[in-house]
Amino acid sequence: MIRADGLTKDYGARRAIENLTFEARQGEVVGFLGPNGAGKTTTMRILTGYLPPTYGAAKVAGFDIISESLEVRRRVGYLPETVPLYPDMVVFDYLKFMADLRHLPNAEDMVFEALEMVGMEERAEGYISALSKGMRQRIGLAQALLHKPEVLILDEPTIGLDPAQVVEVRNLIRDIGKERTVLLSTHILSEAQSLCDRVLIINKGHIVAEDSPENLQARLVGAERSILRVKGDADELAPKIAAIAGVQNVKTQVDGALEFQFAPGVDIRPEVARITVNAGYDLLELRPVGMSLEEIFLELTRDTVTPFVPRTPAARRCETATNASRPKKER
Amino acid sequence: MRNVWTIAQREYKHYFISPIAYIVALMIFLTVGILFVLNFSQAAYQSMFYGSPPPDTRIIVGPMTFLFLLASPALTMRLLADEQRMGTLELLLTAPVQDWELVVGKWLGAFLFLLSVIALTLIFPILLNRFVNPGIDQGMMIAGYLGVILVAATFLSIGTAISSFFSNQFAAFFATLVVYVMLWWMIGWPAQVLPIGGDVFRYLDMSAHFYDTLTNGIVALADIVYYLSLTALGLFLGTVAVEMRRWQ
Repeated sequence: MIRADGLTKDYGARRAIENLTFEARQGEVVGFLGPNGAGKTTTMRILTGYLPPTYGAAKVAGFDIISESLEVRRRVGYLPETVPLYPDMVVFDYLKFMADLRHLPNAEDMVFEALEMVGMEERAEGYISALSKGMRQRIGLAQALLHKPEVLILDEPTIGLDPAQVVEVRNLIRDIGKERTVLLSTHILSEAQSLCDRVLIINKGHIVAEDSPENLQARLVGAERSILRVKGDADELAPKIAAIAGVQNVKTQVDGALEFQFAPGVDIRPEVARITVNAGYDLLELRPVGMSLEEIFLELTRDTVTPFVPRTPAARRCETATNASRPKKER
Repeated sequence: MRNVWTIAQREYKHYFISPIAYIVALMIFLTVGILFVLNFSQAAYQSMFYGSPPPDTRIIVGPMTFLFLLASPALTMRLLADEQRMGTLELLLTAPVQDWELVVGKWLGAFLFLLSVIALTLIFPILLNRFVNPGIDQGMMIAGYLGVILVAATFLSIGTAISSFFSNQFAAFFATLVVYVMLWWMIGWPAQVLPIGGDVFRYLDMSAHFYDTLTNGIVALADIVYYLSLTALGLFLGTVAVEMRRWQ
């Protein structure tokens, strides 16, 4: 369990994070999503006891991060952004060293178990300097998993891995997240979408949105959108679709498909299909399009002052979304 | 305490894969050996023809501390500076290890390595013992080696502290050397010119505590206390520096 209450950190005159309040429960994978320099790493460093916060407090695994720092550090597995490895050490010795610092009873077994979890048991006898970037990343992850921590804090865990490894590591994190608390940071949106039960979008040291990936999408997309594709030219079909009650904004896409919006809650797809077929068209595709997390992210983290940009519906949606999330932050 | 030992062990092992450590060990061993041969032959010549007393262990322990002055910055420069540079300090400071355990462990690793080198040089008193009649003054040898060990502990503790202030090894190396030169040579100078208050500087002079007493076989509590408190001060400052890194 992680509970942060009003965390603020100043580096000299620069405020890296301001008044961050959030929670990650046991059995939950929480994703920190934000552009570079948003304050993700700073927050993680505070939670792991590396840096003290300027203001605010936090509890990790039930212990206060300042007054009970050692207890927190015993229960947290942490993979920092720059994977902390000693290049001139053998993989096994490195993990054994970390296991000894954590006073693990059967250190050697735990080391092999961790290596197995990340699929690196064959390289136990090799030097760290001889490993590729992806392998180093996995050794760093093994180090974080070594003592089976209650809370796992991972700063960009899949960076530098090849696609197959990314899938493996994600599965591993998802497995761990079933029983323990996982807080991970990423700027890869699909990762947050596929891994996290909850996403905190952070920008310039503030949490700008907090919800499950699905809810974030639902909240930001005021109306649902669908795409209709038929064989041949759909131009003549467009007015017929537009005539259905509740449908607005019918547009022909570049590739000839029709895109239209309708009010959420009313599923009009059966009617769209019927009209299409009755009009003599061959229906090829009818699918809903959600707003991708990418779009949400860009809108939420965009600078609020954009005076010379014409107002698009998307920008308006963005404003309502940021306003909606603001009271939450100040709570 | 267990963490201190874990960290010290890793550090000690690391010296055996580092070329710098081998060069340092070789330099100390060879130089002490060469000086031993030169001093021994000269002293033997003088004692044979002019009746001066036979050579004693001063010709072995005397040059050793000077060599430590040059060599130990090379042993301590990377201790904490390199952890900072490689980002592994973040690993150690988020592990359940207290800051003082980290600093003391690092120092202990370097100290054990230098002790191993000192142990190698014991071959010279053994040789000397065979050549002089009726054998060397064992009390003087033990006092001399106690002095060497205390000086080593002090130098390394100061070096460890300075390494924790830097993230660049070479900056740490030269800063350490400057502090050694001040403590070993320069701090004693005011004692010779000041009419009053010179005693303070004489007390602070690191070399005086070694050359005036311990080398000559005199074990005084004041000297031991001096070296041990300086060692403790170095370790304390190192811990403070590590803590400061968190708050910067």
